[in-house]
Formats: sequence, C-alpha cells, structure tokens
Amino acid sequence: MKPGFIAKNPSVLIFILILALFTLGVTLLSNAYGTGFVSTSMVKTLGKTLCLCLIAIAMDLVWGYTGILSLGHFAFFGLGGYMIGMWLMYARTREIVVSSASGALPMTPQELNDAIASQVFGVVGSSQLPSIWHFAGSLPMQLLFVVLVPGLLAFVFGWLAFRSRVTGVYLSILTQAMTLALSLYLFQNDSGLRGNNGLSGLQNIPGVTAGQDALSVWFLWASAVALGLGYVLSAFIVSGKFGSVMRGIRDDEARVRFLGYSVETYKLFVFTLTAVIAALAGALYYPQAGIINPAEMSTVASIYLAVWVAIGGRGRLYGAVIGAAFVSIISTWFTGGRVPNINLGFYTINWVDWWQVLLGLSFVLVTLFAPRGLSGLIDLIDGLRAPKRGGDPLGPDDGALQEKEAEA
Amino acid sequence: MRSFLLALTAGLCLLSVPAAVPAFAQDTTPPAAETAPPSGLAKVIADNADAISRPSRQTIGPVVDAIGASGDPGTVTFLQAWGARQLGLRKSDGAIFRLSPSPEGFALADPVTGADAGTAPKSDITEIKPNAGVQGLIASALVRFQLSDPDPAKRRAALDTLARRGSAENLEPLLESIDDEPDPAIKAQKQRVAGLMTITHGATPEARIAAIESFGGDMALDFRAALNPILATTRKVFTGAPEGNVAAELKPGQSGFSAENAYAVLVADGLAPKRLTRTDQRAALESHIENGMVGGVPVAALNDPVQRDRAYTVLEAAGDVPAAATDDEVATLVAAHRYADIYNEPDSAVTDAARNALKSVSVKVGAMQGLDLGLDALSLASIYFLAAIGLAITFGVMRVINMAHGEFITMGAYTGYVVQQHITDYTLSIIVALPLAFAVTFAAGVAMERLVIRYLYKRPLETLLATFGISIALQQVFKNIFGTQARPLTAPGWLDGAWSLNDIVSISYIRIAIFVLALIFLAVFLFIMNRTRLGLEVRAVTQNPSMAASMGINPDRINMLCFGLGSGIAGIAGVAIGLFAKVTSELGSEYIVQSFMTVVVGGVGNIWGTLAGATLVGFLQKGIEWFNPSNTLAAQTYMILFIIIFIQFRPRGIIALRGRAAGD
Amino acid sequence: MMIGMRNTFAGAVLASLLASGAAWAEGDTIKIGVLHSLSGTMAISETTLKDTVLMLIDEQNKKGGINGKKLEAVVVDPASDWPLFAEKARELLTVDKVDVIFGCWTSVSRKSVLPVIEELNGLLFYPVQYEGEESSKNVFYTGAAPNQQAIPATDYFLDELGVEKFALLGTDYVYPRTTNNILTAYLESKGIPESDIFVNYTPFGQSDWSKIVADVKALGADGKKVGVISTINGDANIGFYKELAASGISAEDIPVVAFSVGEEELSGLGEGDLKNLVGQLAAWNYFESADTPENAAFIEQWHAFTGNPNRVTNDPMEATYIGFNMWVQAVEQAGTTDVDKVSEAMIGQTFPNLTGSTAEMLPNHHLTKPVLIGEIKADGQFDIISQTDPVPGDAWTDFLPESAVLESDWKDLKCGMYNTETKSCVQLKSNY
Repeated sequence: MKPGFIAKNPSVLIFILILALFTLGVTLLSNAYGTGFVSTSMVKTLGKTLCLCLIAIAMDLVWGYTGILSLGHFAFFGLGGYMIGMWLMYARTREIVVSSASGALPMTPQELNDAIASQVFGVVGSSQLPSIWHFAGSLPMQLLFVVLVPGLLAFVFGWLAFRSRVTGVYLSILTQAMTLALSLYLFQNDSGLRGNNGLSGLQNIPGVTAGQDALSVWFLWASAVALGLGYVLSAFIVSGKFGSVMRGIRDDEARVRFLGYSVETYKLFVFTLTAVIAALAGALYYPQAGIINPAEMSTVASIYLAVWVAIGGRGRLYGAVIGAAFVSIISTWFTGGRVPNINLGFYTINWVDWWQVLLGLSFVLVTLFAPRGLSGLIDLIDGLRAPKRGGDPLGPDDGALQEKEAEA
Repeated sequence: MRSFLLALTAGLCLLSVPAAVPAFAQDTTPPAAETAPPSGLAKVIADNADAISRPSRQTIGPVVDAIGASGDPGTVTFLQAWGARQLGLRKSDGAIFRLSPSPEGFALADPVTGADAGTAPKSDITEIKPNAGVQGLIASALVRFQLSDPDPAKRRAALDTLARRGSAENLEPLLESIDDEPDPAIKAQKQRVAGLMTITHGATPEARIAAIESFGGDMALDFRAALNPILATTRKVFTGAPEGNVAAELKPGQSGFSAENAYAVLVADGLAPKRLTRTDQRAALESHIENGMVGGVPVAALNDPVQRDRAYTVLEAAGDVPAAATDDEVATLVAAHRYADIYNEPDSAVTDAARNALKSVSVKVGAMQGLDLGLDALSLASIYFLAAIGLAITFGVMRVINMAHGEFITMGAYTGYVVQQHITDYTLSIIVALPLAFAVTFAAGVAMERLVIRYLYKRPLETLLATFGISIALQQVFKNIFGTQARPLTAPGWLDGAWSLNDIVSISYIRIAIFVLALIFLAVFLFIMNRTRLGLEVRAVTQNPSMAASMGINPDRINMLCFGLGSGIAGIAGVAIGLFAKVTSELGSEYIVQSFMTVVVGGVGNIWGTLAGATLVGFLQKGIEWFNPSNTLAAQTYMILFIIIFIQFRPRGIIALRGRAAGD
Repeated sequence: MMIGMRNTFAGAVLASLLASGAAWAEGDTIKIGVLHSLSGTMAISETTLKDTVLMLIDEQNKKGGINGKKLEAVVVDPASDWPLFAEKARELLTVDKVDVIFGCWTSVSRKSVLPVIEELNGLLFYPVQYEGEESSKNVFYTGAAPNQQAIPATDYFLDELGVEKFALLGTDYVYPRTTNNILTAYLESKGIPESDIFVNYTPFGQSDWSKIVADVKALGADGKKVGVISTINGDANIGFYKELAASGISAEDIPVVAFSVGEEELSGLGEGDLKNLVGQLAAWNYFESADTPENAAFIEQWHAFTGNPNRVTNDPMEATYIGFNMWVQAVEQAGTTDVDKVSEAMIGQTFPNLTGSTAEMLPNHHLTKPVLIGEIKADGQFDIISQTDPVPGDAWTDFLPESAVLESDWKDLKCGMYNTETKSCVQLKSNY
C-alpha cells in the first residue's frame, strides 16, 4: 500500500493550517470585520504578500526543482496583471461614462466605445481604443487571457529555447532579455497599454459597492485560497514520479535524456505551468496594488524573485513562501520610515539610506553560508533528521541525492 | 536739427545705396555730445527708450532700422552694447546707459558717446536683456557696418549673421565688400554667402539660376536650405487646366491622394459643403425629438447607426435639416475638378534649376546619410564592446556571471569624477583617472573574487544572486556617498567638438576617442591572452582547471587576476562612458543587460565573438532607429527581440567555440 | 561624504524636532505626510523636495506652529515604486492620520495616489509641472499646467525667435506625450504644417544621442529655422546637451527650450560642456537667479538648513514653498485641519511667490504663475530674459478638441470635469 499524498507530504497540511489561521486572524483584526487592529493598508500588504508567495512557489518549481533559473517569471506575473487590469479599467470607465451620459439620444456602441477610449487614453494623449482592447469589456474573456496570453508566450518562448538546447546561464540571460523586451514594449505609448503610466485605479472593482476595508479582506481571502491551491498542486506535482524526473533534469539533464525521457517536454510543461501560476498571482496582486505599469516587470524584479526563493530555501515549497513573505514584509517595514535611526556618534545610520545595502549583503551572505536558506532553520527544529535512504550519492554530484535537495 | 534732417536723408539714402552711407555719415555729422538737446541717435534712443528696454522681435524692427539709419558715429557701438546686453535703464528717469560693473553697483556711460555718467546702485537699474530674436535683428542691422570692418573676427560674425538670415537689402553691400576683402578665407566665405543670398534674393531669374549652377554638386546644408524654399508648393483646385508654375498634377485615387483628400481640398476652398459627421448628425437628431420619436424612429432605437441614418433621411426629406452630401454627390464634385501642386515661385526656369540641383546631389546626400548612420552605429558598437569586454573575461573565460559588472563601470566613472575634483586640468585628470579607475576597480574585483566568487565556482547560477546582491548594495553605497544628482565628468578641451567630413557626416571627438580606446583594449586583450605567460595560464585553467593545476599553475591566482582584469577594464570603460553621457549611480546598470547580450550573441569565450556581438547589436539598433526615427524605444525593443530569436537559431553565438574548448 | 553629512544634519533636525515636541501636548500636533521617493531612480529629484518640506515645517514651528499647534512631519519612502506610492498614501492617511500630504513627482505616482486620496478624502499638494488634463477635489496643483510653461515657451519660439520648424523631443512617458500632443495641436492652429513638426521619443536615461542630434540638424535642409522643444526627462538631458555641444550647434543656429532642465540638472554638467550651451533656453515659473528679496531670503534659508552653500534651488521647490504657505494660511483661516474646510479656504488664497508677483489659488486648484524664460549661463544658472505677468493655470487645455469643452471649478460648479457644452459634470472623481 502506497502512503497517501498527505502522509507523504505532511508539510501540506501544516501549511494549509497555518495559512487558514493567518487569514482568519487577519480578518478578525481587520477594519471591516474585526477589531481594526490591522489597518487596511496592512491587510493589502499582507494580501499582496500572499500573491508574491504564490509566484515564489512557481519560481521554486521551475528553479528549485527543475533547475531552470528563469528571470522572466515576473513578466508573466505582470502580464496577468495587465490582462485583468484591462477589464477593470474598461468596465469601471464604462460605468462612469454610462452614468454621466448626457444628451437625449442613447449612445451607439461606437459612441460608447469612443467615450471610454477618450477617458482611458485621454491621459496619454489619444482617443482611439487599440485593437488589443477589443475584448476588454468582457470579464470572462479577460480572465481567459490571464491564463492564455502568458501561457502562450511561455509556451512559444520555452519551445524555441528548449528545442535549441539553451540551458543554464544562457537561458537565464535569454529570459532576462525577454523580460526587458516586454517591459520596453509596454513602455511605449504606441503599444496601447498606456505606456509608462500603465493601468491605474485598479483597486476600484466595477459593480462592487463595498469599501476598500472590506475589499481588502476579500482579496486577502482570494489570495490565500489561490496560494493554498497553488501549494497543494505544486506539492502534488513534485511528490510523484513527475517530480522525480524534474529533479533528475535539475541534477543531470543529459542522464535523464539518455534514460529516454523527453526532457524538453518536461521542461516546457513546467515552464508553461509556472508561467500560468505566476500570471494568476499577478491577476490577484494588481487589483490590490491599484496600479500596474511596465516598471513592475523590470529585469530586476525577476532577479529579486529568485533571491526570495534563495533566501527562503530552494527545493522546498514552504521555503519559497517563507522567503517571499520575509523579504516583502521587511521591505515594507524599512520603507515605512518608522525604523529608528542608529546614532553611532560619528555617523547616524539612516535606514532609508542603508537598508538596501543591508538587503544586498544579506543576499551574499545567504548564498555563501546558507544555501538552504531560512527554511534550513526548520531542519534545525526538525532535529537535523538524517535522510531515510542515506548511503551512496545517486549521481556524480552531491546534489543528486534526492533527500538532500538544494545542497550544492 | 540739421543733423537730424541729415540723418533722415541718410536713412532714406540707405535704402538705395546703403554701403556708401557710413563713410558719408562719419564725414559730415558733428559729434553728438556737442549739441545739448538730444538729437540724432540720442533722440531716437530717448524717444524709443521703452521699446528698447523691453524689446520684442515683432515690434522692434522699425526702431532698429531707425537707429541704424541715424547715421551717428555712435550707432555701431550702441547697437553692439545693446546686443551684448550691456545697456541698462535708470528707473528714476527712464534714461538708458551703458553699464559696467563697479563697486557701487554699476558705472554708467552715455550709450552713444561713451562719456562717463557717474554710477548707480544695482537697485536703481533695470538691465536691458534683448532676447536672441532681437539680438539677431540687431546683428543684421550691424552687418553693413561690419562687412568691411578692419577686425576679421567682426567680418566673420557679420557673415555668420548673413548666413543665418540674409535679407535682400544686405546682398548689395556684401557683393561690394568682396573685392576689397584682404583675407582669402573670408573672401571665399563672402562669395559663398553672396551666392546663397543670390539664389533667394537675386534680382533676375538669370542671376539666380547662375548662382544655383555655380554651386555644382554641393551637398552642404546651407545650399540645400536655400534651394528647398524655392520648391515649396501649394495645393490648388482648378475647374479647368491648372495654371501657374505647376509642380505636379494630382489625380484623385492616386497613391497618397485619395478621393477623401481631394474632397477635403474642395471643402477647404469652399467649393463643397462639409460632409455630415456623426457628431453633427447626433446634434441634428437631438434637436428634432418629438414625443420620443425622431423622424418616426423611437429614441430608444437610436443607438443603432442605421436607424440614425434612417431618421436623418426622413428629416432631410422634410427639409428640417440641411441635406448631407451623398457618396454620389461627393464623387461627382471630386471628378468635376482638377488638382495640382503649384510652386510658390512663379518662374519655372528657377524651379527647374533648383530641382535639378537637388536631384543631382540627392543620391550623394543619401549615401552620406548612410555613412553617418554607419559611424553612429560603429560608435555605439564600440561603446557596447568597451562595456562588455570586461564581461567577456569574467563571463566568457571564467563562466562567472557578474551582475555587479555594471557597478564596476559606475565605480570607474565616479573615480574619474573624484579625480577631477582634485586635478583641475582636464587633460591631466583624464590621464590620471584612467589608470586610477583601473586600479580601483581591479582591487574591488579582486576583493570580490576572494571574498565571494571563489566559493561559488561550482555554482555558477548562484554567483548571479550573490553578485546581484553586491550590485544593489554598491548602487546604494554610491548614492549615499555621491548623492543622487548626476555628477559632471568633463572631457578635456581637445575632445570638444566633432570631426566632420561635410554637413551630413560628422562624429564627435569623444566618440572617436572611445572607438580608439576600444581598439586599444582589443589589442591589449589579444596580447595578454596570446603572447603572455598569464594568457597561457588563463587559457589552460579555462580549458581544464585540474589538469592546469597538475602542471603547476595556481588556478586560484589565475582566477583572481582574471577577475581583477575584467573588472579593471570595466572601470576604464566607466570613465569613457561618463565622458559622453552622465555619471549617476545607475550608469552601469543601464549597460548590464546589453553587455550580457553582446557577449552571448557574439559567442562566449572568444574576444572576436564579443566584437562581432557588439558590432551586430550596434548596427542593428541604429538600423532599426533609421526605419522608425520617431521612436528610439521601439528600436531597442525590436533589437532585443531580434537577439532572442537569433540565439534560438545560434545558441552558441556568432562565433561558437568547437571541440574541447567549448566546455560542455 | 557630503551627502552623508547632509543626512546626518537632516537627521539631527528631525531628532531635535522630536525632542522639542515634549513641550507641546500630545494632541496638539498637526501631522504632515511627506511622500517623496528617497531611494530609487526618482530620489535624485524628490529628496530635495523632502528637505524643502522639512525646512518649511521647521520654520513654521519656530514661528509657533499653526493656531498654537506644532507641526510634525511623517516621512515615508515610496522608493520610486509606483504601487508603493498608493500603499504609503493609504498608510499615511489611515495609520498616521496625517492632515495633509506633500508629495509625488512623476505623473504616474500621482495617478497611483489619486484613487486613495479621493477615497479617503485626503489632501495632496503636488509641486511639479505636469501635463494637465486633471483636476481632483483632493489635490492642489502648485506646479505649472501646460499653458503656464509649454504654450508660452512655444509662443516665444514663434514670435521672438521666428522658428518655423519644430523638433519635439521627449522621454516616452505621459508628460511629454500629452504636452507634445497639445503643442502639435497648438502649432497647427498657428499655421505650422504637420510636416514641419518632428517628434521623437526616447527611453528614460537615454545616453546615445548622436543620431537624434544629426536628425535635428538635418531638419535645417528645408531652409526654415529649426527649434527644439525638449521634454526630455532628468539625467538623459546631460547626454543630449553633451552631444549637442559636441556637434557645434549653437543657440543661434538651433535654439533648444527645455521644460525639465533646471539648476539641478545643469549641475551635472561640467564647465566645459556648459560653455557650449550658453544661450539655450528653459521655461519655468522660477529660476534661482530671480532678483527679489523673497528669493534671496529663501536661498539663504535653504543653504542654512542644508548646511551646504552650493545647493541650488529650483522650480518645484518654489511650488512646494507656495503650496505649503498657502496651506498654512488656509488652516489658520479655517481654524481647523478638516480637509473639506481647508480645501474651501484654499481657493482664493494669495501668497507672494519668489519672483516678485503674487500667486493665487484658483477654483480649479491650480495657481496663477508668471512664466519665465531663461538662457543658460556658463555658471549653470539662468539669465532671465522674459517674465510674463502671472498666468492662470488651466486644468483642461484649450488646444485639444476633447478637453477644450471641459472646465474645472471646485468653488461654484463643484466639479473637476465639467462639460460646458452639455452643461453637465462628467465625473466627480478622477479617472486615473
């Protein structure tokens, strides 16, 4: 009798439990449904953090488990945000246009379209609705695009790259180039997505009258559910035979290929799947952030993503979550301006000036001294449990030992 | 009074024989200071004090003319002082003086005679600052006094003014001054300017055609600038055959001239009514709503354009709204007229000559523009090469991803800035800054290699993360030290300006210097790699570290030196980039992705590959910019897209290593 | 090191502010949010404004605060990250409960903050020249609208310099895009054909200008006088001016007027480059070289506050200065910091600006400002050659057909986007 999924992955249960308790706790302390101890802006920050945890899981799948250091996943995240943002902007503007419609005649579809276009694009000096906005009025279509557009982009890009056997560092640089090209493309006003201004006012959900206090909690729940589902799905994928092949590819791609597995197909599947997860995370993130613009998809953002996963601990799903949550919350704390300055007598350390230095150096230290990341601490608590099937390494490198994931 | 009349007469004479007047005026007019009440120039100035102190190009023309025509010997000095912003208005009495700084504020002098007029505190004086447009008019007025000035610099200045805006009345004096010109260079310049002015202002068509032909196949910008206005056209409508100097007749439906265009021309000429727009239609319908119906159509149904048309037709038939032109009517009207572009210049011989002259140089101009674009591309390629050459060592040879490479470039640029703070001589400071930048970044590179990179040789992907951390930390440290403002890094004077082959092809000396620097580094790199012990050891370690170690090479030392070398070159690149762009903490990070792509596209582990990569990237970017000159951002986007696709087909780059050296 | 010193100093001032706070009762403070990026790409411009606000608060507290209450600054760092602006604004309004916010530089950061400010009924003072086409109930725009900077500068080109052919060069973002659209419409209305208007957009931080400068130079082949209107942002100007200087184009050949180049940007150029730029133009509502006693006092105060006699002052600083002082007056007049009452009191406030005339807050939440045109001097300052009477700011430009019919009036119409044709309020809250 094979052990069940949960039995094989006890972390799933613990994770879901903690997530549920956390969400419930925040809800009970929120402005809308509780004591008001946690401010709405904090609820939004926490909700966004959950979305970042979700994309970190995607990154962990593709990098920690499959060994593809993709520097393009934030591009998919952003694309997801753009797709949902188009609907949010369009539908909200339509509400405004219809409610303020003057004149005796009902509007023709063309007139309605023009009025919306001049509202949405008036800011960037245009009054034409670009053709990519054709379906922006329809929520189901845009939701479909959230999955479809990034998924298709990832599929095509991955297919081309993996087919040409672009691997390792080269693939990282190539994905980075893709992110740069996409963000430069979106930066252009001519691309029809409002250029540098991006899409804004996304926190106002059309047709919803509830205030931001309540909305922020709803989105927190939505993000939590998405994160939970993403975690379970990822745990399911990595725990089976598919997961073994993924790790095999990470440890020695050629060997897996010689064993008869179609390495390219596996890689393509993981790459595309994680792109879709990233896009979904983005679609939940940006209505909470309120604005999306091309700067969000800068090349640096994707590197940060890799760093979160590294800090949290690669090759274990909860590691990615811990990393993303930790760095995101630390950043909020430091930019909040409430960290006291440290007076050294001859020099005052103003954290606004120095926290990025601290962050940068911590990347270095984690990479050098804690390749397992913060979740390595959990191993310590776990009593430094030795791997059950110890013994000879299964491959030529240390990393090939299945139980010792992420050890370099 | 006499002198005033004289001045008036002189002014009138000026229009016919201007060149003769200055001599005449100088001979006969008594010095202005002798006559107590303001007269001559002084009167003109006093009368127009308000206009002179707040001049506008639109209105100052008559005043400048009056001053120029006053015939006073002080005219030239007055105009010069005015143009040079040396005049001031005394607030207490509105009198105008020439100013010079003095301890009490300003020392005043009579604007015409230059006689001392005491001093005034700063608060009592409004400085008169004619704007550049007025200065231009003043310079024009001065031209005829300066064309035969003994000072060659003034003669040149007068010629420059004429070249910018030569008015017809200045042509005669210019022609007359040519014969007496002692300086051959200025004489040639005078002849050239006279030729250009004749093209525009020549008295007879023959003179103008002769002037055009005298330039032969000249490609200069000013020559073309003189020809093009002759060929300006206006689009006109004719019921019969086109009249005037016809440039081209246009047939509606031809490419670039659709029937709509034709109709728009008719509407503009008032020969046809405007077509009904949707907005007008809507307004017309709205004003005819009766009992919730318009023309028998319920209002609620009018969200359909077809229904609106129906309702409008009904109203039209009832005569309630003006009839809108139907498509047939439009077509008939368009067909009933002929359209042509007519030259504004009536004489067809002149326009023919101008057209032929332009046509004869157009191919050459095109070729020169291509050459100029090529130089720009070459320059961009050399900048990318310089930025990437350090990476070619650390990434290409050692397979280490150094995300902090950009910050080493910045570090070099800041080193240059700091050196310039201490050494004020720009030439010397650059000579000091280049080796110092190398030393500083070499040390930083070695330190980074010793402290971080060497622990990560087996984990190349993780060097990316660690060096990225160093990169953001360094960037913030730069900000904390140097602030967020851009810092000046100034090139020595001999690098100012540009080398130019003609008006079209030119490239700044700084870019040439960067190009030379890139070549030097290519040579240095090749020398080190192929001709020195270090190079041999580097190549050995690259190919097989353990074998190299067995042969007595210390791989640690080689890695360290290699990394230092790559970083050091980045530092020098930083100084070069800082000279032509700006020095900020983000300087280097703008080059990092492009540098990586340059190395990858070219082929890793081979300096020629990096060279090829930089050339490809540079030329590609400029080529795309040429196709779409209004959007530089798009050029960068498509350049990167091209590179992504290129790598799909040549994953190992342009120059791929073969065999064992390829590593994997 | 210099900057380090400055920060130490600013820190010390903050500390002393906090220390002296003990003397004031707890509920007796008025909180002022400062929402300027202190890190990231925009820190270059925005830190100066943060220091300006701190200086003004310090000054006001020395005068005894407002209505007997002490002012307290709450400084946050949105780190040039646009979504973070919205987050920090919410934090300021709900957690710190500030009474007013001074902040934002880029249009996108303002657009990010707008919905939050409107939702929570906050008060924002925005001190930078911008593209217009906006008027929010909760924002006071103390920088220039296009008709207070771009249009007068273009008039100067047309009337005074006789420019017939225009190159509109800009960084690819909303301010240059909208400004260039307005200018294109304006130039066409002045009879400049479309073919004589060359438009180019470059990315942020562009450094390779050789081709664009060559393109501009080639425009002269038509025999028409060429002028450049530059909306190039920040740092990128340095490379542009260096290339311009190298190609030997003088202000007499091709004049360049810039809307984003001030004293701060010029300090990034060395003497060698500056001497080649002498005579090129900039249009602002303020130059440091303005010769008035108010300005002299302001500069002196700034140097004393920063402890650096070389720090330059610039236009957005003046806008902050006017905005802050008007707000102080409005609070004193209203007797409360309640946003609605202060907003009401704000309209019609007057305050002497630093260039010798008086600024007035209009019902459309924009200021009247004089337009100054300055020529670059070799010392990195500007020679003011033209100064108009104060021009009332226009939220909706008259030169684009869609916005020509719009009007903003928060006093009588109570609407920021009022269609004068249909006589209806298009929307009360802004579309972002």
